[in-house]
Amino acid sequence: MPLAFLAVTILQSCGGNDGNNKNNAVSDDVASAVYVPPGEHDELYSFLSGGFNGQVSVYGLPSGRLLKVIPVFSQFPENGYGYNEETKPMLMTSHGFVPWDDLHHPKLSRADGMADGRWLFVNGNNTPRVARIDLRTFETVEIMEIPNSAGNHCSPYPTNNGEYVLAGTRFSVPLDLEKGGMGDASLDEYKDKFRGSISFIKVDKENGDMDLDFQILVPGFDYDLANGGKGPSNDWVFFTTYNTEKAGTLKELGASQNDKDYLAAINWKLAAKYAAEGKAHEMPANYYHNKLDHGTHQAKSTLKKKVRYLLPEECPGMMYLIPAPKSPHGIDVDPTGEYMVVNGKLASSLPVFSFSKMQKAIENKDFDGEVNGIPVFKYEAVLHGEVKEPGLGPLHTEFDNKGNGYSTMFVSSEVVKWSLKDLQVKDRLPVYYSPGHLVIPGGDTREPYGKYLVVMNKITKDRYLPTGPELVHSAQLIDISGDKMRMLLDFPTLAEPHYAQAIPADKVAPNSVKFHKLDENRHPDAVKSEKDVSVTRQGKTVKINMTSIRSHFAPDNIEGIQVGDTVIFHVTNLEQDWDVPHGFAVMGANNAETLIMPGATQSLRWVPKQAGVYPFYCTDFCSALHQEMQGYVRVSPRGANVPIKFSTGERKHPPSTASVN
Amino acid sequence: MSLFLRILMILAALSLGLLFLFPMWKIYLEAPQYPEGLELHIWVNKLGGSSESVLQNFNILNHYIGMEPIHGESFAELRFMPYIVIAFMIAGVIVGLLGKRKLVLIWVVLLTIAGLAGVLDFYLWLYKFGTNLNPEAPIKVPGMTYIPPLLGSKQLLNFKALSLPSWGSLGIFLGIVVSGLVYILGKTRKQPHLTEA
Repeated sequence: MPLAFLAVTILQSCGGNDGNNKNNAVSDDVASAVYVPPGEHDELYSFLSGGFNGQVSVYGLPSGRLLKVIPVFSQFPENGYGYNEETKPMLMTSHGFVPWDDLHHPKLSRADGMADGRWLFVNGNNTPRVARIDLRTFETVEIMEIPNSAGNHCSPYPTNNGEYVLAGTRFSVPLDLEKGGMGDASLDEYKDKFRGSISFIKVDKENGDMDLDFQILVPGFDYDLANGGKGPSNDWVFFTTYNTEKAGTLKELGASQNDKDYLAAINWKLAAKYAAEGKAHEMPANYYHNKLDHGTHQAKSTLKKKVRYLLPEECPGMMYLIPAPKSPHGIDVDPTGEYMVVNGKLASSLPVFSFSKMQKAIENKDFDGEVNGIPVFKYEAVLHGEVKEPGLGPLHTEFDNKGNGYSTMFVSSEVVKWSLKDLQVKDRLPVYYSPGHLVIPGGDTREPYGKYLVVMNKITKDRYLPTGPELVHSAQLIDISGDKMRMLLDFPTLAEPHYAQAIPADKVAPNSVKFHKLDENRHPDAVKSEKDVSVTRQGKTVKINMTSIRSHFAPDNIEGIQVGDTVIFHVTNLEQDWDVPHGFAVMGANNAETLIMPGATQSLRWVPKQAGVYPFYCTDFCSALHQEMQGYVRVSPRGANVPIKFSTGERKHPPSTASVN
Repeated sequence: MSLFLRILMILAALSLGLLFLFPMWKIYLEAPQYPEGLELHIWVNKLGGSSESVLQNFNILNHYIGMEPIHGESFAELRFMPYIVIAFMIAGVIVGLLGKRKLVLIWVVLLTIAGLAGVLDFYLWLYKFGTNLNPEAPIKVPGMTYIPPLLGSKQLLNFKALSLPSWGSLGIFLGIVVSGLVYILGKTRKQPHLTEA
């Protein structure tokens, strides 16, 4: 991390007074600005990506209180996500079961250019995937693998009416258009054989279901971040690129040679039109689409075998390149849709491009050559102006509702406020330390909510009590309602937030589900009454369809299991009340517990390896008699003559025959 | 009886229809864990509550003290009471049409008796559920019974129970008051007629 070293050096050379900085940065009345009294709710939800923990953390603003952790690409022993039978298929990929990913960018679904609070889309960077979280249940309900991609970093970017979510590849790789998927190539052939891809994922307006409509195969650069236009630029999406040098090794140097890389401008509406009109080619593919069914509470995987693609050289007017300094990271479009701000992390200024100038340049063919058949604009022809000396290491910009941009400076460790009107810097605020991204509620939409800014810092060092070598990252809450920014609060965050979204609570809270209706539970092994519980053997598999309710399991005495059987506990939580989950864990299980919400059914697989009597119990303190909520499974040696028998309280007769199919 | 009083009598009879539109009685429970409260609604023909699953939640909470689970099916009253109410309504309309003061009196007295019998029956059920506790209950407080109040509030362990008549009962109340008024007005109106004649 060379930038981190640089940052530290600079901070140290400024030296001496950072203790004072800390005190000066916080004014006296801030406590009341972030104080949410016990029992009262926050004004906003914020969704911070977890980076390398593969999760999303939900914090309330302005309190900074952690409200929930949503597991997406990572197994989560806390509730059994990715461990229980229902959610395991969510983590299936063409590479098999991948129980981890690097989750970078959350983006809220949109209607009419505003966040609508229905879904949150997030990307998996490492094994390219895009996931959808349903904000009624705060659960991951869909994960789609992205073919022809490697490092799904430039993702997921929704269009203004939720037509598409776009996902670009970070790494270009050799693609085999005949056989599909990754091709073989010598690493010396990077320049000729490697390509990138940008995926267009169609989103169903009613239920949010994703479908990979087509891809655009683009030149072999690294694609970093993207953002959609709005208003006049509604039909366009902009992608930052680096490594336009097409270096295949030591990119740290190789990708930092060109004075300018590119901002790719893609007319997504035209692309969709070309795809619909038959310009798309088809190639074989192999990727997973995993979806959770709300009725059965089960995820199912589908393997997809084809993908359509467009080639920019065959689609005039669809894609242009804007020269942009230098290895740009964030690309952010202001609320009016006229200005595109590029954050060149190694550049000394922040270029602001003009959409209307770009339109004119297209008309006048103000081009400076082509790359792979894609026209490149003249820099000056599309430039509105530059913010001079904004700071060192600009990474990302968002906007308030008063015509200002706020940019993070990774290297000089500050947030810089500047005006879109005159491109002059208005204010600077040191942050601790080395901010990556920032979020202003609605700051990427048509009408920012403004008021607050949350900046996410990569380095915390001495900010909290030390916890050994491994430290948390931090978020800092800044008041942006006045002329000067005001530091309000900082709070530790889980793993590494790369970006966040924030939305007024009233857009999400009223839709929050309290519990699942038992009547609507269509899980094939759901049991809706204690009378209907069963234990059935089919060969070496034993299915235990059981129930939980305060404060017992039915059945809670089970016999007739043998060593080496595959036992599946299908536990239905019969409760129909808010906040009464029951957990289920059994001794020696090689997975985790599973936490069952009221009205839902979840299944835990268990293969006992030794004979004995095994306790199982409820893991979530559900009631005054929670400690009593337990039972026993008797496991006999293989081939033992112990019949299947189960009961709760009074003895029941065993089923007359064990069913064998 | 004047047309006005006949109409009033028919309205008195029809006001019993409120019993089919609203619960008769509501029992509110409040506990630290239930700030939003739990409401059990007693209708003339069913048990309901503030949410679909309120009975299940009542029973889960009550099973710790050994109270018998409450199910709508276990009350024969809920099956035959609607017929009694309908019978009262039909009879009341006929009384109104016939316009006989004596019949009005009989109707109002019978309705009052039926209403009081209903309240008594309700109390006996409360008493039965509150005292007939499973001796193997997990929570046993010596000497403690759990009879919910018939009217007003009472603390039962962690629950504050409040019991109040609801809009359905207003139907019976209106039936009695309005028909009683018909009976009284019928008398005072008749007098001047008689003296004139």
